[in-house]
Amino acid sequence: MMDWGTLKDTLQEKHLFQSRVMVAMIIVLLLSGVLGLRLYQLQILDNQLYATLSDRNRVQVQPVAPTRGLITDRNGRLLAENRPVFSLTILPERASHLGELMKELKALVDLTPQEVERFEQRLNQRRRPFESVPVRYHLDEREMARLAVNRHRLPGVEVDAQLVRYYPYGALTSHVLGYVGRINEQDLQRLDPVRYAGTHYTGKSGIEREYEDLLHGRVGFQNVETNARGRVMRVLERENPTPGNNLQLNLDIRLQQVAHQALKGHRGAVVAIEPDTGAILAQVSTPSFDANQFVTGIDHASYAALRDSPDVPLFNRATRGQYPPGSTIKPMLALVGLATGAVEKDTTIFDRGWYQLPNSTQRFRNWDRDGMGRINLYDSIVRSNDTFFYRMAHDMGVDLMAHHLAQFGFGRVTSLDVRDERAGILPSREWKRRAEGEAWYPGDTINMSIGQGYFLSTPLQLAAVTATTANRGQWHSPRHLKSVNGEPHGEIWLADADIQGVTIGSEDEWDYVIGAMEDVVHGQRGTARSISRGLEYRMAGKTGTSQVFSLAGEEYDAEELEERMRDHALYVAFAPAEDPQIAVAVLVENGGSGGATAAPVARQVTDAWINGFPEVMTVQPIAANEDEL
Amino acid sequence: MSRDFVRQIPMDPGYFQRRSGWMTRLHLDPWLLLLLLLLVGFGMMVLYSASDDGLGTVRQQATRFAVSFVLMLGFAQIDPSVYRRWTPWLYGAGLVALVLVMVMGVGSKGAQRWLSLPGLPRFQPSEFMKLGVPMMVAWYLASRTLPPRPAAIAVVFVLLALPVLLIANQPDLGTALLVGASGLFVLFLAGLSWKLIGSLLGVFLLVAPGLWLFALREYQKQRILTLLNPGSDPLGAGWNITQSKTAIGSGGLSGKGWDQGTQSSLDFLPESHTDFIVAVLAEEFGFIGMMVLLALYLLIVMRGLFIAARGQDSFARLLSGGLILTFFTYVFVNVGMVSGILPVVGVPLPLVSYGGTSMLTLMAGFGILMSVHTHRRMLTEG
Repeated sequence: MMDWGTLKDTLQEKHLFQSRVMVAMIIVLLLSGVLGLRLYQLQILDNQLYATLSDRNRVQVQPVAPTRGLITDRNGRLLAENRPVFSLTILPERASHLGELMKELKALVDLTPQEVERFEQRLNQRRRPFESVPVRYHLDEREMARLAVNRHRLPGVEVDAQLVRYYPYGALTSHVLGYVGRINEQDLQRLDPVRYAGTHYTGKSGIEREYEDLLHGRVGFQNVETNARGRVMRVLERENPTPGNNLQLNLDIRLQQVAHQALKGHRGAVVAIEPDTGAILAQVSTPSFDANQFVTGIDHASYAALRDSPDVPLFNRATRGQYPPGSTIKPMLALVGLATGAVEKDTTIFDRGWYQLPNSTQRFRNWDRDGMGRINLYDSIVRSNDTFFYRMAHDMGVDLMAHHLAQFGFGRVTSLDVRDERAGILPSREWKRRAEGEAWYPGDTINMSIGQGYFLSTPLQLAAVTATTANRGQWHSPRHLKSVNGEPHGEIWLADADIQGVTIGSEDEWDYVIGAMEDVVHGQRGTARSISRGLEYRMAGKTGTSQVFSLAGEEYDAEELEERMRDHALYVAFAPAEDPQIAVAVLVENGGSGGATAAPVARQVTDAWINGFPEVMTVQPIAANEDEL
Repeated sequence: MSRDFVRQIPMDPGYFQRRSGWMTRLHLDPWLLLLLLLLVGFGMMVLYSASDDGLGTVRQQATRFAVSFVLMLGFAQIDPSVYRRWTPWLYGAGLVALVLVMVMGVGSKGAQRWLSLPGLPRFQPSEFMKLGVPMMVAWYLASRTLPPRPAAIAVVFVLLALPVLLIANQPDLGTALLVGASGLFVLFLAGLSWKLIGSLLGVFLLVAPGLWLFALREYQKQRILTLLNPGSDPLGAGWNITQSKTAIGSGGLSGKGWDQGTQSSLDFLPESHTDFIVAVLAEEFGFIGMMVLLALYLLIVMRGLFIAARGQDSFARLLSGGLILTFFTYVFVNVGMVSGILPVVGVPLPLVSYGGTSMLTLMAGFGILMSVHTHRRMLTEG
């Protein structure tokens, strides 16, 4: 240091340094001032802005799905409920490597190829942003534990507890209730995005679809604090959802079971209606399917099996199956004939086994080709003589027939709340011109008189028509809904459609027709006399067969025909005849004769209803595979 | 010399009492020590709430501080003349280490910064040069007449350019600039003429567009662009700065309360316990907390400058002045970056951010400052 002493002026150097330190100090203070001002700007002046931004960061409004309303039968037995299910879901927005994540998940949870496939399907469907996609429903406790332990290294994976619709009776109620399913693309276009903000399921068919608005409830909201990865840390505020309304149906699950069992082994349908109210007591279509499979999404193989089954279990025969009503329309037609003067009570014809139109050589045959000899209207109903009705129809003409049969309920949607009910076809001149572009021929009238030709009707419609007959013309629209939340809202909500019913027919004429229907069952020569044994009440009924296949001029031999070519068996009835409690329509596909196969089914139903059920009656659920033929 | 000595006595009346205290015997400056402890204590509180593993992170940081503290204690014992004697060797060793890094260094995230030599713990030579460069410049200038002549200035620039370019090449532009700045601070304190300072600034403004076009890498340009318009890429480069501004701004006057900050505890704030820790502090302790923090830093800087101003010789003065100004630069760059007035460069908040290496270097620097302050008397006596 001393070496440089002569060259350096240390004091001057020190003063220079100190002045530079002063300058540096000033600069430091200035720069600190800049920082201070910046912080003042951010924290004091713009505090409100950033506080809002910060809250918007962490606080999110989340919809809370309402609990779907329950559905019970008329006695309060649960038909549709909600069960908690723990499901594994993935939030794709949070999962960085979906492929690797799935690989990790497969190590923890036994994912079947079907589950992976369905997950990928759902992933590719349009969905709301930040809506998690389910991978597997019904996690068991061990799987949940494994997921919980590994959760930190599975970003985007969540275990959701949600209520999932459950139908305790399985296939027994599927065609009535329909089912709910995950909201899909089409549903999104139809549903109100706000009301359904938190909802994952919506009614797809049946009651679930028809009363979606009542069942759904009102969405709630909660403010939640989430972290940057979207995980909810706590709930700050909550507006509870309003659960959906509980619906009580007119259905009696016990009667439903009786009807279902009575049809066992057949493809067919039963609809039972309370004539006084139009209440649908039972509505069965067999074979059925288990709606529970559809709730969380059915896999391809199971769905293909259902879809491709020759027995078409997904098809609701009771409400969408359209069959020629056959001879079941004869009592109604008889009333129309009497009331309009086309026939008298003592009119007779001589049946040679066929009928021939004037100026024509074509013969319309009676089902009994030997003919029944001299026969009147009453016996034509009891014995289901076709020739008499051919003749009467020709005299009456199509217009009168069509007009009055419509009053019974043919040719239109009859029910108030059966989803997707088909209207059938009540043929008329005008209908044929419109549908077929052809004029009405006299032969069409003849075919129509025995419920064949163009004539189509659903089992539900036949039951409604039969109930109207039981009521002597008084119309009550068939309905499922009995009450909402225990209050009998049914009347208000479901006022009868503005239909006047049958406007013709004297008390006398109704007695005559109903008497003939009673003799169908109780008479010596009634076509349903086989079911009268041990019958403790009076039943009024009518058998019918509807042709599947026209056997032009050929001999009909049921034994030789392929089973599926056989006629459908039909039977309609109400009981007790003097004070009708129940009206039933039964269809057995390819059942052959109505009296032999359909009528016994109806009797089991009416017996159960009129004689009463056992004090304690367990109703067995029907699983998916139990209902195959 | 003698006048100088005489002038010192009245400026420091408590000197003789303190000289006999244990602090002085340990070569510690009580004011600096108190301020450092306050700062580190405050920092640990913030670190506790910024980390989400309870006391784990804080305990690690405390361990690092303890090690750094011992290092500072050690550095304070060494006489400034020893530093001076060893400076050229240290600088030379640092340069060699930087070259070695280029050849055989290891690193992460696309940058080669670490050197792993047999028999030595893994270290960052660039971190070492944060001390080495101001020492070297101070050493060189102290041996020349001051204010420095043009030839000396040219030599200083060469001394600066070598390590700065090597570090920038790693690439670690932030550290390179800070290392360069530390040398420039020494040059400034040595009395670089204002005219020259002005022309240097002019030259910088002239070459800046060239630097932009040729020297800066894409991500570096992106950071500068992001600063100008953070909204342009709110989820990418702008995310950090948007979230840290939100954290700071939402703190308001008095903050959300200790450990109550939502931005960091809910993970919206990235790097919340390292480079962006000041945002956590601002969110939880508000404007008041930030003023306390800045005041602590300012007091440390003022004390440091005071120590520098009273340094025994030019080397001690220049070195301690350069170190303390570099320290302030860290603070300014970090807080400026987190509050969105400077581009995002990887500069931690000194003594508060979680991380080991920078704390070691900083505390070693404070050890040198304490050495400068506490060895004056003995030197003149000897």
